[in-house]
Amino acid sequence: MEKINVSMKVNGKEENLTVEPRTLLVHALREHLEYTGAHIGCSSSHCGACTIDMNGKSVKSCTVFTPQAEGADILTVEGIGSPDKLHALQEMFKEHHGLQCGYCTPGMIMRSYRFLQENPDPTEDEVRFGISGNLCRCTGYQNIVKSIMAAASKIRDEEKVNKKEIA
Amino acid sequence: MIPSAFKFYKPDNISKAVSLMKDFGEEARVIAGGHSLIPIMKQRLTDIKHLIDLSGIDEIKGINITGDEISIGAMTTQVELINNEELFQKAPIIREASLQIADPQVRNLGTIGGNVANGDPANDMPGLMQLLDATYKLSGTNGSREVKARDFYEGAYFTSREDDEILLSISFESPSGGYAYEKQKRKIGDYATAAAGVIIKVENNKCSSASIALTNLSDTPVYCNKAVDMIVGKEIDNDLLDRVTKTCVDQSDPVADQRGPVEFKKYVAGIVIKKALKRAIERV
Ligand SMILES: Cc1cc2nc3c(=O)[nH]c(=O)nc-3n(C[C@H](O)[C@H](O)[C@H](O)COP(=O)(O)OP(=O)(O)OC[C@H]3O[C@@H](n4cnc5c(N)ncnc54)[C@H](O)[C@@H]3O)c2cc1C
Ligand code: FES
Ligand code: FES
Repeated sequence: MEKINVSMKVNGKEENLTVEPRTLLVHALREHLEYTGAHIGCSSSHCGACTIDMNGKSVKSCTVFTPQAEGADILTVEGIGSPDKLHALQEMFKEHHGLQCGYCTPGMIMRSYRFLQENPDPTEDEVRFGISGNLCRCTGYQNIVKSIMAAASKIRDEEKVNKKEIA
Repeated sequence: MIPSAFKFYKPDNISKAVSLMKDFGEEARVIAGGHSLIPIMKQRLTDIKHLIDLSGIDEIKGINITGDEISIGAMTTQVELINNEELFQKAPIIREASLQIADPQVRNLGTIGGNVANGDPANDMPGLMQLLDATYKLSGTNGSREVKARDFYEGAYFTSREDDEILLSISFESPSGGYAYEKQKRKIGDYATAAAGVIIKVENNKCSSASIALTNLSDTPVYCNKAVDMIVGKEIDNDLLDRVTKTCVDQSDPVADQRGPVEFKKYVAGIVIKKALKRAIERV
């Protein structure tokens, strides 16, 4: 079948690829560009393991065809922290046991990353509603919610410090 | 799960999109947010050879409000409906219902146009649009036309839209009175076991106008005209609400599926209808 060229920015880097139009974005990211952060849990738009950030919005990358992402600005879990400098969310998931097997974690982190920008000071209920598109088979969610609440407060504190430093 | 192969097009205006639809006929399909279409393509329940992405067409995006006239472009996403303050002031039921659809990621891409054009009886927007007595504007090779939401649905996945027609926008008047959209579902992200919308005006405890519509309780949305006739002009009391509820349930025609047998669905329908009536009346 005929292939087409698609370009997009992934974690700040310009990427070009040649794929069949039916290639799902999650496959393009994982198999063509080797960003394996986004996981495939259900491939049926339910579990959220494949959640990434596309043009500033959380989306399930198993339910986007790659050409729909032409010109998009994409952020995957690889783009928000590094092993020696974890993002506040990654640090808090580690500290509060926000994961067990870890399969849902990249999706959970990417969804909470965007959610905390939509709502920097959420209640626990708002966190639960905010991550309601992400399923976890292991944790029972309790520690995921705890981790996100802790990260929210850490990010707010960091921002206060940043503001003071600028002033 | 990988769908069968197709060619991809992204026209930047409606006439280009319509002419592609005309050229490829039954082999072509438009894609909006893709959150109903891609899942069925993955299951290979449909064979599409030419996929036409509507996301490059600016003229069918966004919300326009002039006085009490509300017009929503087909490509407006559910999250845009939720976040639009002016729309919330003029028609708060849209936010209330939209927040009960799917989950945050799905609402980021799913559009109002895809939701109403899809023809799936489980979609919430068709019932909501019948409730609001909305009008759909369509454009095809034979020009543009308007269809009332209450006349649009013919059966599961059958609507009065012609194959070469594209839904442009949805318009309705800002509703006044109390409102409620009540939905019973098994979990967040699930379609309704039963859902009901009510808009009602009450003056001196007498109902002066009403609208009631149901979701996923028949192979199309159900506009409850009999129940509306029954309640308008009457003094509101619990007995009347029970009779109105029963009349709505009698007009429903659910099928047994993984969400339960017919008796259960009718039972749940009775509960959501009564709840919606009560909450709408409290909000008058
Ligand atoms: C996990 C999950 C849960 C969901 N839960 C719910 C729910 O509770 N309630 C609910 O209502 N929906 C639910 N949905 C469906 C979701 O709201 C869809 O986004 C919506 O039904 C379709 O909108 P779309 O923009 O994604 O359309 P698409 O999937 O792109 O298109 C749907 C159909 O409409 C046609 N179409 C789209 N736009 C137009 C147009 N402008 N003119 C003509 N034809 C057009 C397409 O050709 C296609 O046949 C759920 C989806 C998922 C994945
Ligand atoms: S893999 Fe995309 S939602 Fe489950
Ligand atoms: S940690 Fe195992 S699925 Fe969430």
